Amino acid sequence: MELLERFAAGDLEAFEVLFRQHQKEVYAWIVRIVRDTGFAEDLTVETFWRIYNHRTQFRPDGNFRAWARRIATNAALDHLRHARAETFLPDDLPCAPSPDPVLRGETRHQISKAFHELPAKYRLVATLALVEEERYANIAQAAGISESLVKIRVFRAVRMLRKKLNFLRAEVTTK
Amino acid sequence: MSNEQIDNEVKELLKRAVAPVQDAELRRDLWPQMLRKLDERPSPPRAIPWLDWALVAIVSAVLIFFPGSIPALLYHL
Repeated sequence: MELLERFAAGDLEAFEVLFRQHQKEVYAWIVRIVRDTGFAEDLTVETFWRIYNHRTQFRPDGNFRAWARRIATNAALDHLRHARAETFLPDDLPCAPSPDPVLRGETRHQISKAFHELPAKYRLVATLALVEEERYANIAQAAGISESLVKIRVFRAVRMLRKKLNFLRAEVTTK
Repeated sequence: MSNEQIDNEVKELLKRAVAPVQDAELRRDLWPQMLRKLDERPSPPRAIPWLDWALVAIVSAVLIFFPGSIPALLYHL
């Protein structure tokens, strides 16, 4: 019996093989959304727990990778919905340093605060599309929505940010 | 300044303030954590589809309001 068929039938060893094959990729996807290594590890485990519990819904001839990514995206979205506002952008995350020294300190804090006040579904697409520069088609597939809806959500996220940052724009551009 | 220019400026501000994650490498194997979770949280009971609940409600309502239908139902069971 094939690995995916054994997994769908509830074989724990098959699940372990799939877990070890996909855990890095699932983690890498989640950490780019939630931007916290600790939460990303917990959500990776949560994702595979959901995968295991919904194994009977998986068609063995289907694409396990895409299915796992979609479940991971939903788990990350649930986290964004429930996470406290103070948990945004931890300093220990291995990000590139801000290329613009003007944006260090308070201004950067204000922008990231405004960004993290966006509703979760808009923050999800804005993080992946604008910050991580992920292709719209990939975001659409992972979120289970159409590509045009991704574009609409990115557009709305930018408009919401624009309102929140209106006072900051003037401040930054004058520096 | 046009709306599009302002939107582009906001996108640029965001990119300058929030950097992409550079190191998304998983540092440890999460399988032991997964096993603990499987032990701690058994699979949830299977959800009953709403249509099944609706059918039960309809049949119950019919039996309550039309008790004469009970023998007919028993006959067909």
